[in-house]
Amino acid sequence: MRRALRHPSFVIGGVLTLLLLGAAALSLVWTPWSPYEMNLPGKLQPPSASHWLGTDPFGRDVASLLLVGARNSILVGVIAVGIGLGIGGALGLLAAARRGWVEELIMRLADFTFAFPAILSAIMMTAVFGAGIVNSIIAIGIFNIPTFARVTRASANAIGSRDFILAARACGKGPWRITIEHVLPNIASVLIVQATIQFAIAILAEAALSYLGLGTQPPQPSWGRMLSEAQTLLFQSPMLAVYPGVAIALAVLGLNLLGDGLRDLLDPRLTRKR
Amino acid sequence: MRNTTPLLEATDLRLRLHTHAGTVDAVRGVNLSLRRGETLGLVGESGCGKSLTAMTLMGLHPEGATVSGSLRFHGEEMIGQSEARWCALRGDRIGMVFQEPMSALNPVHTVGHQVAEPLRLHRGLTAAAARKEAVALLDRVGIADAARRFDAWPHQFSGGQRQRITIAMALACSPDLLIADEPTTALDVTIAGQILQLIRDLVRERDMGLILISHDLGVIAQNVSHMMVMYGGMVVESGPTREVFSRRAHPYTQGLFGSRPQLGPQAHTGSGARARLAAIPGNVPELRNMPAGCPFADRCVVSLPACQGEMPPLIQLGQDHCARCVLLESAG
Amino acid sequence: MSLFLLKRLFTLIATLLAASVVVFWVLEVLPGNAAQMLMGPDASPEAVLALARQLGLDHPPLQRYGLWISGLLTGELGNSYVYSTPVLELVLERLTLTVPLAVMAMVLTTVLALAVGVYAASHHNRAGDVGLMAATQVGVAIPNFWFAILLILLFSVHLRWFAAGGFPGWEDEGVLGGLKALLLPAISLAVVQAAILARITRSAVLEVMREDYVRTARAKGLSRRATLWRHVLRNALIPVVTVMGLQFANLLAGTIVVENVFYLPGLGRLIFQSISNRDLIVVRNCVMLLAAMVVIVNFVVDLLYAVIDPRVKASDI
Repeated sequence: MRRALRHPSFVIGGVLTLLLLGAAALSLVWTPWSPYEMNLPGKLQPPSASHWLGTDPFGRDVASLLLVGARNSILVGVIAVGIGLGIGGALGLLAAARRGWVEELIMRLADFTFAFPAILSAIMMTAVFGAGIVNSIIAIGIFNIPTFARVTRASANAIGSRDFILAARACGKGPWRITIEHVLPNIASVLIVQATIQFAIAILAEAALSYLGLGTQPPQPSWGRMLSEAQTLLFQSPMLAVYPGVAIALAVLGLNLLGDGLRDLLDPRLTRKR
Repeated sequence: MRNTTPLLEATDLRLRLHTHAGTVDAVRGVNLSLRRGETLGLVGESGCGKSLTAMTLMGLHPEGATVSGSLRFHGEEMIGQSEARWCALRGDRIGMVFQEPMSALNPVHTVGHQVAEPLRLHRGLTAAAARKEAVALLDRVGIADAARRFDAWPHQFSGGQRQRITIAMALACSPDLLIADEPTTALDVTIAGQILQLIRDLVRERDMGLILISHDLGVIAQNVSHMMVMYGGMVVESGPTREVFSRRAHPYTQGLFGSRPQLGPQAHTGSGARARLAAIPGNVPELRNMPAGCPFADRCVVSLPACQGEMPPLIQLGQDHCARCVLLESAG
Repeated sequence: MSLFLLKRLFTLIATLLAASVVVFWVLEVLPGNAAQMLMGPDASPEAVLALARQLGLDHPPLQRYGLWISGLLTGELGNSYVYSTPVLELVLERLTLTVPLAVMAMVLTTVLALAVGVYAASHHNRAGDVGLMAATQVGVAIPNFWFAILLILLFSVHLRWFAAGGFPGWEDEGVLGGLKALLLPAISLAVVQAAILARITRSAVLEVMREDYVRTARAKGLSRRATLWRHVLRNALIPVVTVMGLQFANLLAGTIVVENVFYLPGLGRLIFQSISNRDLIVVRNCVMLLAAMVVIVNFVVDLLYAVIDPRVKASDI
């Protein structure tokens, strides 16, 4: 743990991520104002004592919007990564365990998805199935699957040829037991790091979709949509376009740094105690 | 008449590395003197500093490391020289061959291009002229069908062939000195023999100086007239190969010779059973934790308490032969 | 060599076919009755049927798919449901903006990333490296559409050097005027991609610098700079070019968002508008076009790979 605290990426990333989680958690119990409360006479106000970051074009408190937006981003990130990790991870383990044509098929499918950049596919899916947070989560989640499948399979394969796996098989343990008892704990660190990175990507994707109007729908606050609303008012209230972007950037930066830090710290070659 | 200025002369050569864990004296006072036509071997275990010494002689020591002492090439002091001056000498007056032939060549350039490169760099030859000379070089080192193979890629050659190519590269500009760092360690025994023969022939043909580094006493025995035994960054014994082999003054030298696997009748003890493979007890100390005195003291079977505390003096044992051991003072 | 090429071509065509099936299925079969969607839930069944017949939607899916594929090859893409103009015309017009934009962004990305990556690698662990890597970390985290908005804020609102959006076409203000309108969008696309590519360039260069043949080059008397240019870069380019191919896909996806920020009438904005209008025939063809562009670029990258790395041709039979 002490080593962790000396690693700059981990510390900065950890702090920023905690801030993000803290903001989301805080928003569940308290926000300075209700983010849904519109107050048109008081719209577009500059920062003041009562409205720390000012108000948006509808008179809503920007700070509150940012807090609830954090909650929104985390929700999307957690579920989308969950889908990707759950399904993609299972597919990757399957590919590594079964090998042969199953592995070939799964990997070809995973490679094939590169032809469809994530944003494009998310847009396609929300186009077909309708806009909204649920569909965006599903779309982003689906596009996490190939990444997790690829990473899981690669790590599981690397572990699978190690001696302790062969020893377990020599003891007569079945493939599923081996997978759960031996393979998973060892690839867990790789998956954790990947999950952190995919979380960051999910937040960016949700922001882009919301900006385009295809993601989180009003009145639910979303950082991306706040940016699109602010864009028309760049001449009058430029700062409105800055706050949500800073929030997104800090969240993503924090998660990326955390992922980098975790990768360095969890590398089994570097850990001495386990 | 042979020129009597030494080709290469090192006096109290020291290399200090600056690592996260602290400073490490990797090379601690190496002295050597080499003339044209002379061959010198550096022998020792991994970690004794022989490769770093060779790199320092080329000015290729790690960035940030400090070199001190004196290093004179043809009388010119090289320590403190500009990088440009070093670049002018490297490949032109000093050639070097390394241990791993499989990775010593750039995979995206043809073999001929790489052999011709020093010719174009140092002699300013045109591509056509360099090609002609490079083909001749490749032919000399034993690459069949050299003219056609000039345009082949490194991955199309075997390890032994690649080592021949690196030798051709190192000798392209007819340097005065060749440094070979474990040139045959990564090769099969039969190929190794051929490569060493090639090096011997070329060195003799061109009247070059040779510094050959190896951990293999057999290689040293057959290829160099003088040798230095290194341990812990220091030279513990040096002299004509024949004398060092027969005298084995320093305890470490004795240990090295004693740990060679033996075949044949002398390998068996009196009762007829196979003798155990002797090994020097202990491990090579980390360069960070070097004792103030003799670096070999803690593994030496005949060490005295005084050995740990003080650096043993250099004892002259013959005209060229010397060793660094307290025990030899009285023996003489 | 030709076997290598044939194999790659085969994979290319197979991928394009598979992509077309996916696109068709997602955008034609899944949504159900397109005519119904276009007319809305209140339309009478007869009106829906009439529209369906007019648009050719009453044929079975397999037949429609076949028609579409043959149409793609001949250029007969049908008409937009909304504008009733040929899809091909619409698409080609929009491409005259998106293709230059993508190319500009790619050039900016490459130049910036290679410069930063190589500089950072050659000043490894010193101030330049650490500073640049911190900058790229931030660059990776910035959403490209937000960066676009910030650029507008600075250069259009504040400094008034550029318009806040729009595209004058290539004739009205000439080529330079057109390029000027594309500059801010290209920069916003490039910055994020360049950050990613710079990091990859730096690690590729650092890895190559550790190789034995670099030591050999120095032993031959090549200066550090000469070694970098003649031995390190060409080898480091191998993984970098691969990533550039993958990045092109992200770049194209990015144009969808960025074109919306700047109100540029390009392919990305067309897709977006068509989605809102439920003009699925346009969406289908545009998506297919984008997918095809990505696949073809990666195909070219694969070929480039064989040119740069002589080991590839030998092992790939």
